[in-house]
Amino acid sequence: MLSDNIRRQFPVFAEPVNKNLAFLDNAASTQKPAAVLEAIDRCYRTSYANVHRGIYRLSEAATTAYENARVITARFLQARQLEEIIFTRNATEALNLVAQTYSQRLKPGDEVLLSQLEHHANLVPWQQMGKRYGFTVRFLPLTPDGRLDLDKLDEYLTTKTKVVALSAMSNVLGTVTELKVIIPRARALGALVVVDAAQMASHRPLDVQTLDCDFLAFSGHKVFGPSGVGVLYGKRARLEDLPPFQYGGSMINEVQWDDSTWADIPAKFEAGTPAIAEVIGLGAALEFVMSLGWQDYMTYEDELTRYALPKLLAVTGLHLLGPSTPQNRGPVFAFTIAGVHPHDLSSVLDDLNIAVRSGHHCAQPLHRLYNISATTRASATIYNSKEDFDRLIEGIEKAKRLFS
Amino acid sequence: MDLYQQNILDHYKHPQHRGELKAADKRSTAANPSCGDSVIFYLQTRDDKIVQARWMGEGCVLSQAAADMLAEFVQAKTLAEVVALKKEELLKLVGVELGPNRVRCALLPLEALHQALK
Repeated sequence: MLSDNIRRQFPVFAEPVNKNLAFLDNAASTQKPAAVLEAIDRCYRTSYANVHRGIYRLSEAATTAYENARVITARFLQARQLEEIIFTRNATEALNLVAQTYSQRLKPGDEVLLSQLEHHANLVPWQQMGKRYGFTVRFLPLTPDGRLDLDKLDEYLTTKTKVVALSAMSNVLGTVTELKVIIPRARALGALVVVDAAQMASHRPLDVQTLDCDFLAFSGHKVFGPSGVGVLYGKRARLEDLPPFQYGGSMINEVQWDDSTWADIPAKFEAGTPAIAEVIGLGAALEFVMSLGWQDYMTYEDELTRYALPKLLAVTGLHLLGPSTPQNRGPVFAFTIAGVHPHDLSSVLDDLNIAVRSGHHCAQPLHRLYNISATTRASATIYNSKEDFDRLIEGIEKAKRLFS
Repeated sequence: MDLYQQNILDHYKHPQHRGELKAADKRSTAANPSCGDSVIFYLQTRDDKIVQARWMGEGCVLSQAAADMLAEFVQAKTLAEVVALKKEELLKLVGVELGPNRVRCALLPLEALHQALK
C-alpha cells in the first residue's frame, strides 16, 4: 500500500512515542520527509551563505541551490518563466502581497468577489483593503452541501467585479472548488483572478496554464516543506505592473538619499534576506511530491476519502460540514458530535494518540454561517491509512460514552 | 484519561450552582472566541460579602466544570478575597495537569468572576 512505504520516509513516525500516532491534522500542517530534512541539513552543513551577493564559492553554492528551488517550484506549478515565482513567508503573506498592492487601484463602486468558504488568509486582507480604499467585498454563497453555489454566480460576478479571489480547496469542508467554471467567466469580465491554493497544493496537481489565473499562492509547510516559506506565482505582466510590497535590501536597483528604483522581478518582491534553507527544503518537498506521481497520489487519497466518509456519516450524533459525497472533495472532515465539545473530543483522542484539530480552523464566518462556534477536523494525507480513521471512529465512540 | 477525573465530570454533568440568579447585583460575561466557550457569573452581594454566586455558560467540560467549582468556592467569601483569587488557586481547585492550550478553558470562569467585581 502506498501509505506504508511513504510513512517510512517520515522520520517523525519512527520516534518511539509516535509509532502509533494517527496524525490527522494535515490541513493545518504536514510532517516532513527525510529528503527535506537532509536538504536543509546539507545546506547548513556544507554550503550556507547569504544568496545573490557574495562573490565566493560558498555564496555561489547557496545561490545555486536557492535558485534551483525556483526551477522546481516553476515545474510544480507549470509556470513558464522562473521570474513568475516569488518566495514569500507563507500563503498568507503571498495573498497580502496581492491584496495590499493591487487594491491601491480599486475605488468605491468596485467589487472584489470571494466565497463563503475562504480561510481568513484570503478574507481579512481584502476586507481590510476594502475599508481603506472603499471597494465592496462580496461572498459567493454555498449550497447546503458545502459547495460553491454556481447558480448564483451571475448575480455576484458582474462588470463591477474587479478581482475574483477564491480558495481552490476548503480547509474546513474539503470542497474542491469549480475554478475551471469560474475563472473563464471572471476573465471574460476582465477581473483579476487570484487563487488561494494553500490547501489544494498537497491534494491535486496545480497547473497555472490550464487555470489561467493571474496569481496563485501556497505555503510550503502544508505540502511537506518547512514552515517559513511560501510561494506566490504571478503572471509576468501582472507582477511587473504592481508596486513593491515591502522595501529594503535585494528589491532595489539604485538607491539615492531621496529616492530609489526597483529591481526586476522576482527580486522586486523578495525584500531582505530570504528563508534560504527553507526555500531549499521546499524544493526538496516539491520534488518528493512529484516523484510519487500525481495519479497514484490522488487515487490513494480518493480511496481514503471514500473509506472515511460513509463511516463518519454513520456515527450517531455526528454532523459533518461540507460535501457528503466524495466527488470533488478531499480527505478533510470537519464535524460536530452531539453532546461532546470539540475540545473535549480532541483531548480524548489525544489520549489515544490521535491528533486532530478543534476550533474554527481560521474560518470564523463560515462556522457562524452553520451556527456553530467550533468543530473537530480530521484531515488526511498520503501517509495516513484507513486504520487511522477506524481508530478515530472508536475514539469518537469512547468520548460519547464518557460524556453522556 | 487524567483530564476527565470523576469530580470534573460530576461538576459538568450535575452542576450545583448553574442557573440564572435573579437577585444578582453584579454580573459579567467572559468568552473565548477561538472556541466559543462562554461563562456568565451572577453575584448577589451584601456589605462586602458574597451571599450567593451562580453561573451560566456553554462550552467544553473543563470551562463549565471549572465555573461550577469556582462558584462553590466563592460562596460566603469576602469581595476582597475573591478579587485576590489567583489563577494558580483556581487551577489547584480544578486539580488536573493542563497543557498550555487548555489552561485558557479552565481560567475563563475566573475572568468572568473578576470582571463582575470590577
